[in-house]
Amino acid sequence: MAGAKEIRTKIASIKNTQKITKAMEMVAASKMRRAQDRMLATRPYAAKIGNVIGHLSHAHPEYRHPYLVERELKRVGLIVISTDRGLCGGLNINLFKKVIGTMKQWHDDGLEIDLTLIGSKSNAFFKRMGGNIRATATHLGDAPSMSELIGTIKVMLDAFEAGEIDRLYIAHNEFVNTMTQKPEVRQLVPVSGEADTEELKTHWDYIYEPDSVPVMDALMIRYIESLVYQGVVENVACEMAARMIAMKSATDNAGDLINELQLVYNKARQAAITQEISEIVSGAAAV
Amino acid sequence: MAMTLHIDIVSAEAEIFSGTATMVFAPAEMGEVGISPRHTPLLTRLKPGEVRVQTDDGEEQSFFVSGGMLEVQPHVVTVLADTAIRADSLDEAQALEAKERAEKLLSDKTADVDYAKAQAELAESIAQLSAIRKLREKVK
Repeated sequence: MAGAKEIRTKIASIKNTQKITKAMEMVAASKMRRAQDRMLATRPYAAKIGNVIGHLSHAHPEYRHPYLVERELKRVGLIVISTDRGLCGGLNINLFKKVIGTMKQWHDDGLEIDLTLIGSKSNAFFKRMGGNIRATATHLGDAPSMSELIGTIKVMLDAFEAGEIDRLYIAHNEFVNTMTQKPEVRQLVPVSGEADTEELKTHWDYIYEPDSVPVMDALMIRYIESLVYQGVVENVACEMAARMIAMKSATDNAGDLINELQLVYNKARQAAITQEISEIVSGAAAV
Repeated sequence: MAMTLHIDIVSAEAEIFSGTATMVFAPAEMGEVGISPRHTPLLTRLKPGEVRVQTDDGEEQSFFVSGGMLEVQPHVVTVLADTAIRADSLDEAQALEAKERAEKLLSDKTADVDYAKAQAELAESIAQLSAIRKLREKVK
């Protein structure tokens, strides 16, 4: 049996670890609440733009934007959004598994793939995996700002406009609730025409100032950007939730470990005392 | 009661204002526009400037936008405000930066690639060693 002193040191060290995981859990919990608020705050913008685009597709403008037109598939673009830091359970791994699965399918269909990576973890992963990486962005922090994403998104949108990629997808974790995060791969461009049909009864069009083309361009770019931004913000909320859960289970495990070790320690201590007594008794008997 | 319209000012990062107004002024690309209720549908870009909202109790509230889009429907006005300062040249520069980061990532051979490689080699050597050991035991 291990010495009582070693067990005591081990218990102390596990207690320290437990304190750290407990602190991380609480930090993640409070950050998660803020991230969730931020996630909800991004919804109106995307919804409004979605509405306007819905109106536009019904208003029969003389100009069909390239982002609305399906093309023959040869090459696809994929934006992968991961976290910057680890210690958040299987969040990134689950996403990467899904992405790899999807990429394999595309590969089997004879499609080539271009990647854009957001977050350090995806950078490290796809660097090792290999792949045609077009652009990256890292260290966006807990409150990502739109201005840090514009360039990264523009690379892919430019590639789409230049005909280098024929479809653009986005992969990120979807926040279902605190316990569940679902990895999701969705199509961004061409924008799938799921606009509401209730407005069909009247034919009307906007007045465009200065002209419909630049206005549509600006609108579509903002729409795509807002979708990507939403993905990034949602992923932050997922990261915090996953970290909170991971740290909670780490804290619980540390507690179990301490209990077990305490039991072993008590037994060792008792055995030592018993041994000492029997030594004294036998020593006294020998005298 | 005066006719009113509903105005929403939203940015990608947050909802800024939502309420009713009798008149809205916005810095459109072709010059400042004033929107009254039952304005014809209009879609235009905004320049950086001030969006002023006259609420139905006669007060005026103003919001600064660094550009964006303005959508007008007879009774609904939506300002899609930009949170970042936009200019084609600026966007281009940022896109270039993002590309450079990707190139740097690929050319940077140090850090975790080396670590991963070393780990793989270590695992391989361990496997070889254990195979040799087993072979030796068999020979004995």
